[in-house]
Amino acid sequence: MADIDIKDIIREENLVYKKTDVLTDNVMHYCPGCSHGVVHKLVAEVIEEMGIQEQTIGVSPVGCSVFAYNYIDIDWSEAAHGRAPAVATAIKRLMPEKFVFTYQGDGDLASIGAAEILHACNRGENIVVIFINNAIYGMTGGQMAPTTLVGMPTATSPYGRQIDLHGYPMKMTEIVATLPGTCFVTRQSVEKAAAVRKTKKAIRKAFENQKAGKGTSFIEVVSTCSSGWKVNPVKANEWMTEHMFPFYPLGDKKDCEKDPAEDYEKYMKG
Amino acid sequence: MAKVRGAIVVDNELCKGCGLCVVACPTNTIAQAKEVNGKGYNYAYMENPEACIGCANCALVCPDSVITVYKVKVS
Repeated sequence: MADIDIKDIIREENLVYKKTDVLTDNVMHYCPGCSHGVVHKLVAEVIEEMGIQEQTIGVSPVGCSVFAYNYIDIDWSEAAHGRAPAVATAIKRLMPEKFVFTYQGDGDLASIGAAEILHACNRGENIVVIFINNAIYGMTGGQMAPTTLVGMPTATSPYGRQIDLHGYPMKMTEIVATLPGTCFVTRQSVEKAAAVRKTKKAIRKAFENQKAGKGTSFIEVVSTCSSGWKVNPVKANEWMTEHMFPFYPLGDKKDCEKDPAEDYEKYMKG
Repeated sequence: MAKVRGAIVVDNELCKGCGLCVVACPTNTIAQAKEVNGKGYNYAYMENPEACIGCANCALVCPDSVITVYKVKVS
């Protein structure tokens, strides 16, 4: 076998993977190993593959990903804390030909924005919701979130979350899956390459659903927050696999079309 | 028999040294450098260039999209 030099491998014709052009050249402000970077990349790749860069409008939340508009080169709108689904509803209704998605964390979506997300999903708004769940308020310093696991220590629950004091962790994906307006509800992760590929497929499917007008697509991505959890990125992934996946099981929770109106109108006919 | 050889190019200055690519690599090609970049991070580099098969797993899990992957078949 003839030996080949590294310089001969690194050539344009041998390229198999490079950063997508939909991502800007701005250096992400996220901590090393943050799952946000991977999910941003997947959203950008799906937008590039579908060729919808000019037709996509994102709604960024309040939280670490508030600066998402700096990194993905599409049109963006910034919503008040938790109100991204409401803003996305307005954009999609006014411009039905556009692809609209919200990108929210668990402090934004599950806590202050719980009403907005439940009602947007219940109305079956034709939008994509990407929900990053790292069980913590990452940006503000690792406080307890609605999704914090029982016994998990955070800045505001240093002895761990206790059920009698703080209540139970919320499984937003399971709650949303019961609503008739949603068409595709799934929980994914990005801790290894296989999981990243699955998550990308799910995001692609969500955007295809929006194209077909099927209803709300809701993708939860179980993520890490190495700074908030006070571990290194590799350990954070191990911790997530060990503790979060048993409580937040991965997989599709729902995959259909939103319920037809006739199913509900029959109750009024008597 | 055809053999696959790969290579990665890491943008040293943008790498944040999180080490996720090191764990994701199935052939132990990648390691973190002892030197640091301008931001003080131990950037990733190809420690065993011969072992790389160009599977792009490292680039997929890289949160900052600093890895470019090349692959070629050699006979």
